Amino acid sequence: MQSEVMFAGFGGQGILLSAKILAQTAMTSGFEVAWIPSYGPEMRGGTAYCTVVISDRPIGSPIIRNPLHLVAMNRPSLEKFAPVVKPGGVIIINSSLIPIGAGREDVDAVSIPVTDIAKELGSVRSANIVALAAFAARSKLVDRELLKECVKAEFSKKEKLIPLNLKAVDAGFQAAQKN
Amino acid sequence: MAKVLMKGNEAIGEAAIRAGCLNYFAYPITPQSEVAEYLSRRMPEVGGVFLQGESEVAVSYMIFGAAACGARVFTTSSSPGISLMSEAISYIAAAQCPAVFVNIMRGGPGLGGILPSQADYFQSVKGGGHGDYRLLVMAPASVQEAVEMVMQAFPLSEKYRNPVMILGDGLIGQMMEPVEFPDHLRTEPTNKDDWATNGMAFRKSDKRNLVKSLFLDPDQLNSNNLTLKAKYEQMKQEEIRFETYNTDSDYRVLLVSYGTMSRVCRTAIDQLKEEGVEVGMVRPQTLFPFPEEAVRTAAGKAGCRAVASIEMSMGQMVEDVERSVRGSLPVHWYGKCGGDVPTPEEIIDFTRSLL
Amino acid sequence: MAKGKTFAKPEALSDAVTHYCPGCTHGVIHRLIAEVIDELGIRGKTVGIAPVGCAVLAYNYFTFDFQEAAHGRAPAMATGIKRVRPDLVVFTYQGDGDLASIGMGEIIHAANRGEKFTTIFVNNAVYGMTGGQMAPTTMPNQRTTTSPFGRDVNDVGMPIRMAELLSSLATPAYVTRQTVLKPKTINKAKKAIKRAFEYQLAGRCFSFVEVVSTCPTNWGMTPVEAIQWAEQTMLPYYPLGDFKTPEADGQAAKDSV
Repeated sequence: MQSEVMFAGFGGQGILLSAKILAQTAMTSGFEVAWIPSYGPEMRGGTAYCTVVISDRPIGSPIIRNPLHLVAMNRPSLEKFAPVVKPGGVIIINSSLIPIGAGREDVDAVSIPVTDIAKELGSVRSANIVALAAFAARSKLVDRELLKECVKAEFSKKEKLIPLNLKAVDAGFQAAQKN
Repeated sequence: MAKVLMKGNEAIGEAAIRAGCLNYFAYPITPQSEVAEYLSRRMPEVGGVFLQGESEVAVSYMIFGAAACGARVFTTSSSPGISLMSEAISYIAAAQCPAVFVNIMRGGPGLGGILPSQADYFQSVKGGGHGDYRLLVMAPASVQEAVEMVMQAFPLSEKYRNPVMILGDGLIGQMMEPVEFPDHLRTEPTNKDDWATNGMAFRKSDKRNLVKSLFLDPDQLNSNNLTLKAKYEQMKQEEIRFETYNTDSDYRVLLVSYGTMSRVCRTAIDQLKEEGVEVGMVRPQTLFPFPEEAVRTAAGKAGCRAVASIEMSMGQMVEDVERSVRGSLPVHWYGKCGGDVPTPEEIIDFTRSLL
Repeated sequence: MAKGKTFAKPEALSDAVTHYCPGCTHGVIHRLIAEVIDELGIRGKTVGIAPVGCAVLAYNYFTFDFQEAAHGRAPAMATGIKRVRPDLVVFTYQGDGDLASIGMGEIIHAANRGEKFTTIFVNNAVYGMTGGQMAPTTMPNQRTTTSPFGRDVNDVGMPIRMAELLSSLATPAYVTRQTVLKPKTINKAKKAIKRAFEYQLAGRCFSFVEVVSTCPTNWGMTPVEAIQWAEQTMLPYYPLGDFKTPEADGQAAKDSV
């Protein structure tokens, strides 16, 4: 069983970090993982994306054209990648910045205003964690408490940010379950 | 030790330290600059040497100078940078000094691009610099394997007193995967008193050591080259490494592929198997020495009708595959080298076309 | 001890007969280095680096560890050695084609990093080993095999003054220009070489000794004519003396704060 999760958005939206935390959480749960960034010219402005592959056996191709899931943080990402998501996957849509839907009937598309939720929590910079948590809730790929542990570990050198990001995890889970 | 999630470039830097190499000189170039960034912080922690040189040319001679006085030393770069280092690599091989070079390949020729590529196969395996020398070339297919190969590279370079090249593609450097640093690969640097310019007083010897590559006398030059050749022949006897995949099946096509590309092939082979089509693969882990015998044997299996070299280049390793198969079967090539890594679907379509 | 009375071969110098041409000053400079190494008692921890050029075989004339560089790369190799083995004493021995042309990048950056090694720069205004081609230090109108009508400064610029160039760097260093044209200047050159090694031994700074030299063969002169030509033509353009000392650099640094 293999899942591929694509995180996409503007450079600076914390795409690489939320993908890394997911990979770390899945690895801690015992899965094989690979974190594959897009490091081409598009990383300088424009759309950045990063794919996490999670599998119960050694991972073959790290090149994923059709991910199972998508976390879209801005409109260009959704428009670009929603059509290539495999049927049956989850698409998290950051409805704070994306006024449209996924345009797909064969996936679990959820619109969540992650940027607004993050602002209410105190910092727009935790929007990536809200989105990650919403994805975790919806896909059930990783455990909520383990995810929190990995968030704590990731911010261990910036301890001030831990409470905010733990709140972001809870807020993301709640928002995903409400929808 | 527990698994940690690490980016390939950072894991390569850490692996060198774990292997006992505390000397690193480098010049930044995408997509491997994270090695230098990582080691600029890490080397001071372990009392090691980190220096950013003024160019790849200078860096490669810092490596030569340090290696020639007996230090374990390495550098990392990417394709255009390795071109600049190739001069020194030729000198280091000629002067018989151990050193480790890591090439996280990007697309070429020229400035090319910064995305993954395997277009430096010829450069690493067939030459690069001038003269009759060879590098021991190892090609990792995962971050874990990159760690292991870097750690093995130091004792191998000392065994042969010859540069070892780790040939990875951009994805190996940029990807994060779980890694475990094996204790059993840690080795002590070998005693180099009989040849290194480490100071007569320090090795308590009256005999001075000389590290050089100039042999104006034709007999001496020929003799030095025969010494080098003997080492390369010994590598062919003792250092060939490869893996096979699905070669127990009754495959009709044999793929030969290395590095990241071989993982894409593995996925393609799995999918074809589900569709009832058996395909085998040989994955060279050493590119020089090349696993000729393994490729020939696998190609010779009854039922195998075609062989294909799948690589992110315009067809370089395919020449070694042809050499190995020796005309007994048609040898094909499939690849791309703009940085767009071929997908499993493309490999499947190509493989089907050979059936 | 008959100090100053006997003319014995320094221990750091080998018995080999040099391949240098009659009247060439490399032999004198080699001897000065060997005497300094003996006097400082550092033969057992010294590593020399030979250039590409006439001195490519310099290692045959010394009795301590030696490495042979590619053209111009000696300062990078010296950097590599000193960084991993600061306890070794390292010097590069380079000519004008090697150092001021193909190796310009390496010498500038090593000097600017303040690498703690010593460079002996032999400036004889011509490529010797390859057969008398124009060097970056070739004098205006000087004929060479690649400037058969004389160096045209409108075409290829003026000769490069390495000591002045390196002394313009802000990093503390010892930079001096000496010559071996006369017994008196030979003694002064030796003192400068010794001082350069002493700075290195103290871990103080990069040290650079330019030595204005002759090349009778490629200049097409007798050894005596060559000395006269160097005095009359080169020395006015390449003035002798210290261009930079770490003591003065230290004062300048204090003044600028």
